[in-house]
Amino acid sequence: MKFPVEITVNGVKRRSEVEPRLLLVHYLRDVLEITGTHVGCETGICGACTVHLDDEAVKSCMVLAVQADGCSVTTVEGLASDGTLDDVQQGFWEEHGLQCGYCTPGLLMSAHDLLRKSPNPSAEEIRRAINGNLCRCTGYQTIVHSIQNAAQKMRAKKPAAAKQVQPAKLRTSKRKREQRRPATV
Amino acid sequence: MAQIKQTIKPNGKYMGRRIMRKEDPRLLSGKGAYVDDIHLPNTAHVAFLRSEHANARITKLDISRARALAGVIQIVTGADLRGVVENIPPMGVLPDLFVPQHPVLATDRVRYVGEPIAAVLAENPYIAQDALELIHVEYDPLPVVVEMEKAIEPGSPLVHEQSKSNVAGTFKLDSGDIERAFRKADRIVTGRFVNQRVAPMPMEARAVQADYQAGEKMLTVWSATQIPHLLRSSLSRLLKVPENRLRVIAPDVGGAFGGKLNVYREEVLLPLLAMRLGRPVKWIETRRENMRAMIHGRDQINYVELAVTKDGRMLGLKCRTLADIGAYPQMLTAAIPTLTAIMATGCYKIPALSFELTDVFTNKMATDAYRGAGRPEATYLIERIVDMAAAELKMDPAEIRSRNFLKSSEFPFTTPSGLIYDSGNYKTCMDKALDLAGYNKLRQQQERARKQGRLMGIGLSTYVEICAMGPATSDPPGGGWESATVRIEPSGKVTVLSGASPHGQGEETTYAQIAADQLSVPFDDVTVIHGDTASVPPGVGTFGSRNTAVGGTAVYMSAQKIRTKMEAIAANLLEINPKNIVLRDGTLQSKLNPKKSVSVREVARAAYTAKKLPPGMEPGLSETSFFSPKNYTFPFGTHVCVVEVERETGEVKIIKYVAMDDCGKVINPMTVEGQVQGGIAQGLGQALYEEIIYDDNGQLVTGSLMDYAFPKATQLPEYICDRTETPTTSNPLGVKGVGEAGTIGATPALVNAVVDALAPYGIQHLDMPLKPEKVWRTIEEKPEAR
Repeated sequence: MKFPVEITVNGVKRRSEVEPRLLLVHYLRDVLEITGTHVGCETGICGACTVHLDDEAVKSCMVLAVQADGCSVTTVEGLASDGTLDDVQQGFWEEHGLQCGYCTPGLLMSAHDLLRKSPNPSAEEIRRAINGNLCRCTGYQTIVHSIQNAAQKMRAKKPAAAKQVQPAKLRTSKRKREQRRPATV
Repeated sequence: MAQIKQTIKPNGKYMGRRIMRKEDPRLLSGKGAYVDDIHLPNTAHVAFLRSEHANARITKLDISRARALAGVIQIVTGADLRGVVENIPPMGVLPDLFVPQHPVLATDRVRYVGEPIAAVLAENPYIAQDALELIHVEYDPLPVVVEMEKAIEPGSPLVHEQSKSNVAGTFKLDSGDIERAFRKADRIVTGRFVNQRVAPMPMEARAVQADYQAGEKMLTVWSATQIPHLLRSSLSRLLKVPENRLRVIAPDVGGAFGGKLNVYREEVLLPLLAMRLGRPVKWIETRRENMRAMIHGRDQINYVELAVTKDGRMLGLKCRTLADIGAYPQMLTAAIPTLTAIMATGCYKIPALSFELTDVFTNKMATDAYRGAGRPEATYLIERIVDMAAAELKMDPAEIRSRNFLKSSEFPFTTPSGLIYDSGNYKTCMDKALDLAGYNKLRQQQERARKQGRLMGIGLSTYVEICAMGPATSDPPGGGWESATVRIEPSGKVTVLSGASPHGQGEETTYAQIAADQLSVPFDDVTVIHGDTASVPPGVGTFGSRNTAVGGTAVYMSAQKIRTKMEAIAANLLEINPKNIVLRDGTLQSKLNPKKSVSVREVARAAYTAKKLPPGMEPGLSETSFFSPKNYTFPFGTHVCVVEVERETGEVKIIKYVAMDDCGKVINPMTVEGQVQGGIAQGLGQALYEEIIYDDNGQLVTGSLMDYAFPKATQLPEYICDRTETPTTSNPLGVKGVGEAGTIGATPALVNAVVDALAPYGIQHLDMPLKPEKVWRTIEEKPEAR
């Protein structure tokens, strides 16, 4: 049996009929063919599949597509605009925060999540924030530097906003949020 | 082949500089194309039924219910493959290696948990997984062989009944008068070191897609592999498809670390299914499968004896090594531990060596190349025993190393194992590392810490490794060479086609740096293409830190040939002697009159319009070179690790990590440092956390990322990295290779530091991984702790 879902992905409203067991990550990758989000473990450990669900970082292998019905999803493809890398992507480029690139989309989404909540994070804070994102290539140090680099770029652009920490906007109902709790990075 | 003797100038406009990577913008914006990102219409999805038993006869295999499930297209079992493709032979062998039949799918017998038994083809991956649940298998379990020391005892159950014992093969290396060395020794230091089984664990597991275009009779295989060309040759032999009708594509590959340096059963079966079915087929490995059925690494026990004089001179090294190779030798399974043997004496002048290697069959997945592949084991055993000798003689670990190092004037140096070390500056490198770490101060701090009852330890590791595989005479897989085509297009843009197959290391960038400098064109004008056997020249693949040293040299050689041709064309256009032409800032100009010049672009146009070429010259600007090195390279370095062990919990905290590596000349210091740091992370991972554990029944206990301790960001330190630079003489670039250095240096540095921290308790050795519980228990067991 299939269920209709309406999910806004990177700003575009998408309507599909999906099996209730279909994971969000497979919906993105195989139904919509938006393949920037990767699968690394299928068990919510590695974080390669991290996306934003209503502005919250979640592991999309831990969310069913039907749970995302009515929500808005941002993937790595939603970060760059007009082919220009955003500050976090640019930070990773400048600081060699990636090698094979497989874990990178998930890390970019986690980094965004962190920097929205904490615009000037310490190295330790960054390490804690990305503990749910495994990387086998870099040994993490360049990733920490990448996120610091991005934070600096973002603060330079919005000096006023950076001082005031904005709590994440939560548009979903409490029930929906709790359903997703285990998936939160 | 052009003879290039001179090492090139150190720094060009791009070479030697920190250049941001070409591959990153696509990978950062989700536009990479890994195998699973390549969607073909009408694809059938494959899932494998795998053995739940480590050793058993299959008495019944019933696929009828699975076959009847809606959406299942076909189910293939071992019986279906009889007479089609029966055996995947290994490439690396020992003279006496017992090579068992290695079927694509098991038929009546399974020998490790995870061995594939049947393949389901279904309309989508979810249905394929459903069908696996409906296949009914009955097993008759047999006694299981898990521990290698028990496996070689007489009377042990056998992994392969056709073999007389579980000894798969042996290798012996004797050099110098070992008995005399041990007679003359003041002390003989002994150790038994377990180098535990670990998993390469690239973030992208294995992935294979195949499609057969019947019209063109062309079989295309996409695989997350390190060796597209070797895979193509193997598939050609096994599937009886001519190589020129077979195209292997390694697109973006999400890390490999040796795990994808192989020809796997699944890689052989997928193309066969595509041909049979007449539609594309795809298999994306799950992480749980990956942990059971991709090769593992290490898994050696080394029994080591070092003969030393009382002033710390090393006279002889004896080592008996058991290597657990699992049930079926994969591509280089048997070759890997021989690297341990030939590198066992490390950076030291040890006149006598006796090394006895025994490969042992067990009911486990095969071991094979994992980052470092044999050298981390060599470095670990020598660096541990050297530290034990220093402790026994009450010498500083730096001092005993210093006394035994090969001197820089002694290179090229023929080692007891017959290798010729190219170049080295071991003492300088170590001294620089000790300076950077503040070694003397650290020792003072340690003294104070000990007085306060704190457990601080300082560990050194000085390594030398063998890279840039390798000379054809040493029988490396595929022949040991690499090739590249460099082409200046009619517009003046440059295309580099490399036979090597990078997968995250950044050679699209380093090769472009080499080509841009040699051709005096902007870096952004160079595009590097790799991984597709239909578009690139022949290649071998990426392993043994060979991409830049061997593949990069091929790029350099082709660029040199083009440069010579451009000079001739320019001279003809300018009507001057080619000897008087110089290439500078994108133009070819007269040395005598710089105003007489033509741009690279104009020369390119001339090469293709072919109207004003020197007499007899072929048109075009495209050259291919094969570089076959005459010797390996031998990078080296010193790592210093400082730890504090928490007495109450046994937790090891790394408080400082210094890496001083020497990989010869450097093309891009940023990517070199990235390789070093990533390598250290894996080396520390093995030392502290990671371990593949099979229980007594051969069940994989660490079968998911929940159970296998993959290091996280908060579990790894900041690395302080620096380099010394001692060029190699083995290639004109002077580069040695750096992909595995960190992994090789880190493991013993960490363990030496922890053992140093625990010295007040009289602890001489601890086997890895040094998890808190193990460290705590070891302390608790010591009377000094009470």
